[in-house]
Amino acid sequence: METYYNPEDLKKFGTIGEFQKELADKYFSYYGAVFADGALTAREKSLIALAVAHTVQCAYCIDAYTVDTMEKGCSEQEMMEAVHVAAAIRSGSSLVHSVQMMNKVKELSM
Amino acid sequence: MKSLKASGHQLADTAVQLELLHEEVAGNLRLPLFQEKMNAAGLFPLRPTGIDIFQVNVGKMCNQTCKHCHVDAGPDRKEIMTREIMQQCLDVLDQTDIATVDLTGGAPEMNPHFRWFVEEIHQRGRKVMVRCNLTIVVANPKYYDLPAFYRDHQVEVVSSLPFYNADKTDRQRGKGVFEDSIKAMKMLNAVGYGQEGSGLHLNLVYNPSGAFLPGSQEGLKRQFKRVLHDEFEVVFNDLYAITNMPVSRYLDFLIASGNYHGYMEKLINAFNPAAATGVMCRNTISVGYDGQLYDCDFNQMLDLTVEGPIRHIRDFNADLLNRRNIVLNEHCYGCTAGAGSSCGGTTA
Repeated sequence: METYYNPEDLKKFGTIGEFQKELADKYFSYYGAVFADGALTAREKSLIALAVAHTVQCAYCIDAYTVDTMEKGCSEQEMMEAVHVAAAIRSGSSLVHSVQMMNKVKELSM
Repeated sequence: MKSLKASGHQLADTAVQLELLHEEVAGNLRLPLFQEKMNAAGLFPLRPTGIDIFQVNVGKMCNQTCKHCHVDAGPDRKEIMTREIMQQCLDVLDQTDIATVDLTGGAPEMNPHFRWFVEEIHQRGRKVMVRCNLTIVVANPKYYDLPAFYRDHQVEVVSSLPFYNADKTDRQRGKGVFEDSIKAMKMLNAVGYGQEGSGLHLNLVYNPSGAFLPGSQEGLKRQFKRVLHDEFEVVFNDLYAITNMPVSRYLDFLIASGNYHGYMEKLINAFNPAAATGVMCRNTISVGYDGQLYDCDFNQMLDLTVEGPIRHIRDFNADLLNRRNIVLNEHCYGCTAGAGSSCGGTTA
Protein backbone atom coordinates (compact mmCIF):
# COMPACT_ATOMS: atom_id res chain seq x y z
CA MET A 1 0.00 0.00 0.00
CA GLU A 2 1.36 3.44 -0.86
CA THR A 3 1.68 5.87 2.03
CA TYR A 4 3.26 9.27 2.50
CA TYR A 5 5.40 7.82 5.30
CA ASN A 6 7.74 4.94 4.45
CA PRO A 7 10.00 3.68 7.28
CA GLU A 8 12.69 2.90 4.68
CA ASP A 9 12.92 6.62 3.86
CA LEU A 10 14.41 7.36 7.28
CA LYS A 11 17.55 5.43 6.27
CA LYS A 12 17.82 7.69 3.21
CA PHE A 13 17.92 10.95 5.18
CA GLY A 14 21.61 11.28 4.42
CA THR A 15 20.90 11.37 0.68
CA ILE A 16 19.29 14.84 0.77
CA GLY A 17 22.68 16.14 -0.36
CA GLU A 18 22.01 14.71 -3.81
CA PHE A 19 19.97 17.82 -4.61
CA GLN A 20 21.95 20.40 -2.59
CA LYS A 21 25.22 19.07 -1.21
CA GLU A 22 26.67 22.19 0.38
CA LEU A 23 23.68 22.95 2.55
CA ALA A 24 23.19 19.26 3.45
CA ASP A 25 26.83 19.00 4.52
CA LYS A 26 26.46 22.13 6.65
CA TYR A 27 23.25 20.81 8.17
CA PHE A 28 24.64 17.38 9.08
CA SER A 29 27.80 18.91 10.49
CA TYR A 30 25.68 21.24 12.62
CA TYR A 31 23.38 18.36 13.59
CA GLY A 32 26.33 16.27 14.76
CA ALA A 33 27.71 19.15 16.81
CA VAL A 34 24.31 19.86 18.40
CA PHE A 35 23.92 16.30 19.66
CA ALA A 36 27.46 15.83 21.01
CA ASP A 37 28.16 15.94 24.75
CA GLY A 38 28.34 19.58 25.83
CA ALA A 39 26.90 21.56 28.72
CA LEU A 40 24.05 19.07 28.30
CA THR A 41 24.95 15.38 27.93
CA ALA A 42 24.19 13.57 24.68
CA ARG A 43 21.72 11.54 26.73
CA GLU A 44 19.82 14.64 27.91
CA LYS A 45 19.78 16.02 24.37
CA SER A 46 18.34 12.76 23.08
CA LEU A 47 15.46 12.97 25.58
CA ILE A 48 14.79 16.57 24.52
CA ALA A 49 14.79 15.44 20.88
CA LEU A 50 12.32 12.68 21.73
CA ALA A 51 9.97 15.22 23.33
CA VAL A 52 10.30 17.65 20.41
CA ALA A 53 9.71 14.79 17.96
CA HIS A 54 6.30 14.25 19.58
CA THR A 55 5.58 17.98 19.47
CA VAL A 56 6.31 18.27 15.76
CA GLN A 57 4.68 14.84 15.34
CA CYS A 58 7.36 13.62 12.98
CA ALA A 59 7.06 9.84 12.60
CA TYR A 60 10.67 9.57 11.42
CA CYS A 61 11.95 11.54 14.41
CA ILE A 62 9.87 9.52 16.88
CA ASP A 63 11.26 6.29 15.43
CA ALA A 64 14.83 7.59 15.41
CA TYR A 65 14.79 9.09 18.91
CA THR A 66 13.01 6.14 20.49
CA VAL A 67 15.93 3.98 19.33
CA ASP A 68 18.49 6.64 20.24
CA THR A 69 17.21 7.12 23.79
CA MET A 70 17.11 3.33 24.27
CA GLU A 71 20.69 3.06 23.00
CA LYS A 72 21.72 5.76 25.43
CA GLY A 73 20.31 3.76 28.32
CA CYS A 74 17.22 5.87 29.05
CA SER A 75 14.50 4.10 30.97
CA GLU A 76 10.96 3.80 29.66
CA GLN A 77 9.78 6.07 32.50
CA GLU A 78 12.24 8.78 31.46
CA MET A 79 11.11 8.52 27.84
CA MET A 80 7.43 8.82 28.74
CA GLU A 81 8.09 11.70 31.14
CA ALA A 82 9.87 13.54 28.31
CA VAL A 83 6.77 13.11 26.11
CA HIS A 84 4.59 14.38 28.97
CA VAL A 85 6.73 17.52 29.12
CA ALA A 86 5.98 18.07 25.42
CA ALA A 87 2.29 17.36 26.01
CA ALA A 88 2.14 19.71 29.00
CA ILE A 89 3.65 22.58 27.01
CA ARG A 90 1.31 21.93 24.08
CA SER A 91 -1.81 21.81 26.25
CA GLY A 92 -0.56 24.73 28.32
CA SER A 93 -0.19 26.82 25.20
CA SER A 94 -3.88 26.25 24.48
CA LEU A 95 -4.97 26.85 28.04
CA VAL A 96 -2.95 30.03 28.57
CA HIS A 97 -4.75 31.53 25.56
CA SER A 98 -8.00 31.02 27.45
CA VAL A 99 -7.02 34.11 29.43
CA GLN A 100 -7.58 36.03 26.19
CA MET A 101 -10.98 34.39 25.89
CA MET A 102 -11.78 35.28 29.50
CA ASN A 103 -10.66 38.89 28.93
CA LYS A 104 -12.96 39.17 25.93
CA VAL A 105 -15.87 37.61 27.80
CA LYS A 106 -15.40 40.11 30.63
CA GLU A 107 -15.11 42.99 28.19
CA LEU A 108 -18.39 42.08 26.50
CA SER A 109 -20.39 41.05 29.54
CA MET A 110 -22.59 43.24 31.77
CA MET B 1 12.60 -21.29 30.94
CA LYS B 2 14.31 -24.25 29.28
CA SER B 3 17.45 -23.99 27.17
CA LEU B 4 17.05 -24.23 23.39
CA LYS B 5 18.82 -27.57 23.60
CA ALA B 6 16.47 -29.00 26.25
CA SER B 7 13.40 -27.79 24.39
CA GLY B 8 14.56 -29.39 21.12
CA HIS B 9 14.61 -26.00 19.34
CA GLN B 10 16.03 -25.99 15.81
CA LEU B 11 18.47 -23.21 16.77
CA ALA B 12 20.18 -25.59 19.20
CA ASP B 13 21.78 -26.95 16.02
CA THR B 14 24.73 -24.64 15.24
CA ALA B 15 24.66 -25.59 11.53
CA VAL B 16 21.12 -24.19 11.35
CA GLN B 17 22.27 -20.94 12.96
CA LEU B 18 25.18 -20.54 10.54
CA GLU B 19 22.93 -21.26 7.56
CA LEU B 20 20.37 -18.70 8.74
CA LEU B 21 23.06 -16.05 9.16
CA HIS B 22 24.50 -16.70 5.72
CA GLU B 23 21.07 -16.67 4.11
CA GLU B 24 20.16 -13.37 5.78
CA VAL B 25 23.35 -11.52 4.83
CA ALA B 26 23.91 -12.86 1.31
CA GLY B 27 20.37 -13.82 0.33
CA ASN B 28 17.90 -11.44 1.93
CA LEU B 29 19.94 -8.32 2.58
CA ARG B 30 22.31 -8.84 -0.38
CA LEU B 31 25.09 -7.24 1.62
CA PRO B 32 28.77 -8.29 1.76
CA LEU B 33 29.73 -11.37 3.76
CA PHE B 34 31.88 -10.56 6.78
CA GLN B 35 34.94 -12.03 5.13
CA GLU B 36 34.46 -9.74 2.12
CA LYS B 37 34.02 -6.72 4.36
CA MET B 38 37.23 -7.57 6.24
CA ASN B 39 39.04 -8.09 2.96
CA ALA B 40 37.97 -4.65 1.75
CA ALA B 41 39.27 -3.20 5.04
CA GLY B 42 42.64 -4.95 4.54
CA LEU B 43 41.99 -7.25 7.48
CA PHE B 44 41.67 -10.61 5.76
CA PRO B 45 42.95 -13.08 6.63
CA LEU B 46 42.64 -11.88 10.22
CA ARG B 47 45.75 -12.82 12.18
CA PRO B 48 46.42 -12.95 15.93
CA THR B 49 48.60 -10.37 17.63
CA GLY B 50 49.54 -12.87 20.37
CA ILE B 51 47.88 -14.63 23.28
CA ASP B 52 47.32 -12.22 26.16
CA ILE B 53 44.06 -13.68 27.43
CA PHE B 54 43.29 -17.31 28.06
CA GLN B 55 39.51 -17.51 28.24
CA VAL B 56 38.28 -20.75 29.73
CA ASN B 57 34.63 -21.75 29.59
CA VAL B 58 34.32 -24.16 32.51
CA GLY B 59 30.80 -25.29 31.64
CA LYS B 60 27.36 -24.39 30.38
CA MET B 61 25.53 -24.98 33.66
CA CYS B 62 23.98 -21.81 35.08
CA ASN B 63 21.43 -20.83 37.74
CA GLN B 64 19.89 -18.35 35.26
CA THR B 65 18.35 -18.74 31.80
CA CYS B 66 18.80 -15.29 30.22
CA LYS B 67 16.88 -14.49 27.06
CA HIS B 68 19.94 -13.25 25.16
CA CYS B 69 22.44 -15.94 26.23
CA HIS B 70 24.81 -16.95 23.42
CA VAL B 71 25.84 -20.05 25.38
CA ASP B 72 22.24 -21.30 25.73
CA ALA B 73 23.25 -21.87 29.36
CA GLY B 74 20.87 -22.85 32.14
CA PRO B 75 20.18 -25.27 34.97
CA ASP B 76 19.42 -28.02 32.44
CA ARG B 77 22.86 -27.86 30.80
CA LYS B 78 25.18 -30.51 32.18
CA GLU B 79 28.32 -29.88 30.10
CA ILE B 80 31.05 -29.12 32.63
CA MET B 81 34.86 -29.00 32.48
CA THR B 82 36.65 -31.87 34.24
CA ARG B 83 39.61 -31.43 36.56
CA GLU B 84 41.73 -33.25 33.99
CA ILE B 85 41.06 -30.58 31.36
CA MET B 86 41.66 -27.85 33.95
CA GLN B 87 45.03 -29.45 34.72
CA GLN B 88 45.86 -29.29 31.01
CA CYS B 89 45.01 -25.56 31.10
CA LEU B 90 47.36 -25.12 34.06
CA ASP B 91 50.09 -27.02 32.17
CA VAL B 92 49.70 -24.46 29.37
CA LEU B 93 50.13 -21.62 31.86
CA ASP B 94 53.31 -23.30 33.09
CA GLN B 95 54.67 -23.39 29.52
CA THR B 96 53.75 -19.79 28.66
CA ASP B 97 53.69 -16.29 30.10
CA ILE B 98 49.99 -15.65 29.37
CA ALA B 99 49.13 -12.93 31.89
CA THR B 100 45.35 -13.20 32.24
CA VAL B 101 42.95 -16.09 32.68
CA ASP B 102 39.31 -15.18 32.05
CA LEU B 103 36.88 -17.73 33.48
CA THR B 104 33.41 -17.91 32.06
CA GLY B 105 30.44 -20.25 31.71
CA GLY B 106 27.44 -20.71 32.43
CA ALA B 107 27.98 -19.75 36.00
CA PRO B 108 31.63 -20.78 36.42
CA GLU B 109 31.19 -21.09 40.18
CA MET B 110 28.88 -24.09 39.66
CA ASN B 111 31.77 -26.19 38.38
CA PRO B 112 32.79 -28.38 41.39
CA HIS B 113 36.50 -27.77 40.67
CA PHE B 114 36.14 -24.00 40.26
CA ARG B 115 37.79 -22.90 43.52
CA TRP B 116 40.69 -25.33 43.12
CA PHE B 117 41.22 -24.01 39.59
CA VAL B 118 41.22 -20.36 40.71
CA GLU B 119 43.69 -21.16 43.53
CA GLU B 120 46.05 -22.92 41.13
CA ILE B 121 45.97 -20.06 38.62
CA HIS B 122 46.49 -17.48 41.36
CA GLN B 123 49.47 -19.45 42.75
CA ARG B 124 51.05 -19.20 39.30
CA GLY B 125 50.94 -15.42 39.58
CA ARG B 126 48.42 -14.91 36.81
CA LYS B 127 45.53 -12.49 36.94
CA VAL B 128 42.15 -14.22 37.25
CA MET B 129 38.96 -12.70 35.89
CA VAL B 130 35.65 -14.36 36.68
CA ARG B 131 32.49 -13.62 34.71
CA CYS B 132 30.19 -13.83 37.69
CA ASN B 133 26.46 -13.43 37.07
CA LEU B 134 26.07 -11.92 40.60
CA THR B 135 22.96 -13.91 41.54
CA ILE B 136 25.04 -17.06 42.08
CA VAL B 137 26.52 -15.35 45.17
CA VAL B 138 23.12 -15.38 46.88
CA ALA B 139 21.71 -18.51 45.20
CA ASN B 140 22.79 -20.90 47.96
CA PRO B 141 24.57 -20.54 51.34
CA LYS B 142 27.52 -22.49 49.94
CA TYR B 143 28.26 -19.50 47.69
CA TYR B 144 27.91 -16.76 50.31
CA ASP B 145 31.67 -16.69 50.90
CA LEU B 146 32.49 -16.13 47.22
CA PRO B 147 33.21 -12.39 47.72
CA ALA B 148 35.82 -13.24 50.38
CA PHE B 149 37.23 -16.03 48.20
CA TYR B 150 37.54 -13.61 45.28
CA ARG B 151 39.19 -11.01 47.49
CA ASP B 152 41.70 -13.53 48.86
CA HIS B 153 42.73 -14.50 45.32
CA GLN B 154 42.68 -10.96 43.91
CA VAL B 155 40.09 -12.00 41.35
CA GLU B 156 38.71 -9.33 39.02
CA VAL B 157 34.94 -9.77 39.02
CA VAL B 158 33.12 -9.00 35.77
CA SER B 159 29.35 -9.07 36.08
CA SER B 160 26.44 -8.65 33.70
CA LEU B 161 23.86 -6.06 34.60
CA PRO B 162 21.86 -4.98 31.55
CA PHE B 163 20.06 -2.10 33.25
CA TYR B 164 19.96 -0.01 36.38
CA ASN B 165 16.40 -0.96 37.22
CA ALA B 166 14.53 -4.18 37.97
CA ASP B 167 12.07 -3.94 35.12
CA LYS B 168 14.46 -4.21 32.18
CA THR B 169 16.98 -6.41 33.99
CA ASP B 170 14.38 -8.98 35.00
CA ARG B 171 12.80 -9.03 31.54
CA GLN B 172 16.15 -10.14 30.13
CA ARG B 173 17.63 -12.22 32.94
CA GLY B 174 14.64 -13.54 34.92
CA LYS B 175 12.34 -12.49 37.74
CA GLY B 176 14.12 -11.26 40.86
CA VAL B 177 17.54 -11.10 39.18
CA PHE B 178 17.98 -7.35 39.70
CA GLU B 179 17.21 -7.52 43.41
CA ASP B 180 19.59 -10.46 43.89
CA SER B 181 22.25 -8.73 41.80
CA ILE B 182 22.11 -5.67 44.05
CA LYS B 183 22.38 -7.91 47.15
CA ALA B 184 25.45 -9.59 45.64
CA MET B 185 27.01 -6.24 44.70
CA LYS B 186 26.55 -5.09 48.31
CA MET B 187 28.34 -8.23 49.52
CA LEU B 188 31.17 -7.62 47.06
CA ASN B 189 31.35 -3.94 48.06
CA ALA B 190 31.49 -4.99 51.73
CA VAL B 191 34.76 -6.91 51.20
CA GLY B 192 36.23 -4.01 49.20
CA TYR B 193 35.16 -4.60 45.61
CA GLY B 194 34.58 -1.38 43.69
CA GLN B 195 35.90 0.69 46.59
CA GLU B 196 38.53 3.28 45.82
CA GLY B 197 42.06 2.22 46.73
CA SER B 198 41.15 -1.42 47.45
CA GLY B 199 42.67 -2.76 44.25
CA LEU B 200 39.65 -5.06 43.99
CA HIS B 201 37.87 -4.52 40.70
CA LEU B 202 34.18 -5.05 40.10
CA ASN B 203 33.33 -4.28 36.49
CA LEU B 204 29.86 -4.40 35.02
CA VAL B 205 28.83 -5.58 31.58
CA TYR B 206 25.97 -3.75 29.89
CA ASN B 207 24.19 -5.28 26.93
CA PRO B 208 21.06 -3.85 25.33
CA SER B 209 17.82 -5.42 26.48
CA GLY B 210 16.32 -5.56 23.02
CA ALA B 211 17.04 -5.24 19.31
CA PHE B 212 19.24 -2.15 19.41
CA LEU B 213 22.93 -1.34 19.73
CA PRO B 214 24.67 -0.03 22.83
CA GLY B 215 25.21 3.73 23.01
CA SER B 216 28.32 5.47 24.28
CA GLN B 217 30.08 3.28 26.87
CA GLU B 218 31.15 6.37 28.79
CA GLY B 219 27.62 7.79 28.88
CA LEU B 220 26.15 4.47 30.04
CA LYS B 221 28.83 4.17 32.72
CA ARG B 222 27.99 7.65 34.06
CA GLN B 223 24.29 6.84 34.24
CA PHE B 224 24.79 3.42 35.88
CA LYS B 225 27.22 4.88 38.42
CA ARG B 226 24.83 7.65 39.37
CA VAL B 227 21.67 5.56 39.69
CA LEU B 228 23.26 2.51 41.33
CA HIS B 229 25.00 4.72 43.87
CA ASP B 230 22.13 7.12 44.58
CA GLU B 231 19.23 4.68 44.56
CA PHE B 232 20.81 1.37 45.59
CA GLU B 233 24.02 2.38 47.42
CA VAL B 234 26.32 0.14 45.41
CA VAL B 235 29.55 1.00 43.60
CA PHE B 236 31.60 -0.51 40.79
CA ASN B 237 34.73 0.37 38.82
CA ASP B 238 34.17 0.18 35.10
CA LEU B 239 31.36 -0.62 32.71
CA TYR B 240 31.81 -2.53 29.47
CA ALA B 241 29.18 -1.99 26.78
CA ILE B 242 28.72 -5.14 24.73
CA THR B 243 26.71 -5.68 21.55
CA ASN B 244 24.37 -8.67 21.50
CA MET B 245 25.58 -11.27 19.01
CA PRO B 246 22.98 -12.66 16.62
CA VAL B 247 23.45 -16.25 17.81
CA SER B 248 21.59 -18.78 19.95
CA ARG B 249 18.84 -17.36 22.18
CA TYR B 250 19.32 -13.77 21.01
CA LEU B 251 18.98 -14.96 17.42
CA ASP B 252 15.78 -16.74 18.47
CA PHE B 253 14.51 -13.47 20.01
CA LEU B 254 15.39 -11.48 16.87
CA ILE B 255 13.53 -13.89 14.60
CA ALA B 256 10.50 -14.33 16.88
CA SER B 257 10.10 -10.56 17.40
CA GLY B 258 10.46 -9.68 13.71
CA ASN B 259 13.68 -7.75 14.33
CA TYR B 260 16.20 -10.06 12.65
CA HIS B 261 16.32 -8.30 9.28
CA GLY B 262 16.62 -4.79 10.72
CA TYR B 263 19.20 -5.79 13.34
CA MET B 264 21.51 -7.51 10.87
CA GLU B 265 21.23 -4.59 8.46
CA LYS B 266 22.11 -2.20 11.27
CA LEU B 267 25.12 -4.27 12.36
CA ILE B 268 26.47 -4.52 8.83
CA ASN B 269 25.95 -0.85 8.01
CA ALA B 270 27.69 0.09 11.26
CA PHE B 271 30.84 -1.92 10.35
CA ASN B 272 33.82 0.04 11.62
CA PRO B 273 37.32 -0.94 10.40
CA ALA B 274 38.87 0.61 13.52
CA ALA B 275 36.68 -1.60 15.73
CA ALA B 276 37.55 -4.59 13.54
CA THR B 277 41.26 -3.99 14.03
CA GLY B 278 40.87 -4.32 17.80
CA VAL B 279 38.64 -7.40 18.02
CA MET B 280 39.32 -9.65 21.00
CA CYS B 281 39.97 -12.84 18.98
CA ARG B 282 43.34 -11.36 17.99
CA ASN B 283 44.80 -11.64 21.50
CA THR B 284 42.61 -14.36 23.03
CA ILE B 285 42.36 -18.13 22.97
CA SER B 286 39.08 -19.61 24.08
CA VAL B 287 38.96 -23.07 25.65
CA GLY B 288 35.77 -25.13 25.66
CA TYR B 289 34.61 -27.30 28.56
CA ASP B 290 35.92 -30.35 26.67
CA GLY B 291 39.33 -28.77 25.94
CA GLN B 292 38.63 -27.77 22.32
CA LEU B 293 40.22 -24.50 21.26
CA TYR B 294 38.41 -21.58 19.63
CA ASP B 295 39.11 -18.00 18.57
CA CYS B 296 36.43 -16.67 20.93
CA ASP B 297 33.50 -17.74 23.10
CA PHE B 298 31.04 -16.99 20.27
CA ASN B 299 32.88 -19.24 17.81
CA GLN B 300 32.93 -21.81 20.60
CA MET B 301 29.14 -21.75 20.86
CA LEU B 302 28.87 -22.12 17.09
CA ASP B 303 31.26 -25.13 17.11
CA LEU B 304 33.77 -23.21 14.96
CA THR B 305 37.09 -24.58 16.26
CA VAL B 306 40.39 -22.86 15.49
CA GLU B 307 41.98 -23.51 12.11
CA GLY B 308 45.21 -25.47 11.88
CA PRO B 309 46.72 -28.54 13.50
CA ILE B 310 46.28 -27.45 17.14
CA ARG B 311 42.65 -27.83 18.16
CA HIS B 312 42.80 -29.19 21.71
CA ILE B 313 44.34 -27.84 24.90
CA ARG B 314 46.45 -31.01 25.38
CA ASP B 315 48.28 -30.17 22.11
CA PHE B 316 48.67 -26.44 22.89
CA ASN B 317 51.47 -24.74 20.99
CA ALA B 318 51.57 -20.94 21.18
CA ASP B 319 53.84 -20.53 18.13
CA LEU B 320 51.57 -22.54 15.87
CA LEU B 321 48.43 -20.88 17.24
CA ASN B 322 49.91 -17.43 16.68
CA ARG B 323 50.31 -18.31 13.00
CA ARG B 324 46.70 -19.34 12.49
CA ASN B 325 44.04 -17.53 10.51
CA ILE B 326 41.11 -16.53 12.73
CA VAL B 327 37.83 -18.17 11.79
CA LEU B 328 35.27 -15.57 10.67
CA ASN B 329 31.56 -15.81 10.02
CA GLU B 330 28.54 -13.55 9.74
CA HIS B 331 27.98 -13.26 13.51
CA CYS B 332 31.34 -11.43 13.68
CA TYR B 333 29.54 -8.30 12.47
CA GLY B 334 28.40 -8.03 16.10
CA CYS B 335 31.97 -7.29 17.25
CA THR B 336 32.75 -4.70 14.57
CA ALA B 337 29.66 -2.44 14.68
CA GLY B 338 30.02 1.13 15.87
CA ALA B 339 32.56 1.45 18.66
CA GLY B 340 33.10 -2.34 18.56
CA SER B 341 32.40 -4.98 21.15
CA SER B 342 34.48 -7.43 23.14
CA CYS B 343 34.55 -9.08 26.55
CA GLY B 344 36.33 -5.90 27.67
CA GLY B 345 33.84 -3.51 26.08
CA THR B 346 34.40 -1.26 23.07
CA THR B 347 37.38 -1.81 20.78
CA ALA B 348 37.62 1.43 18.79
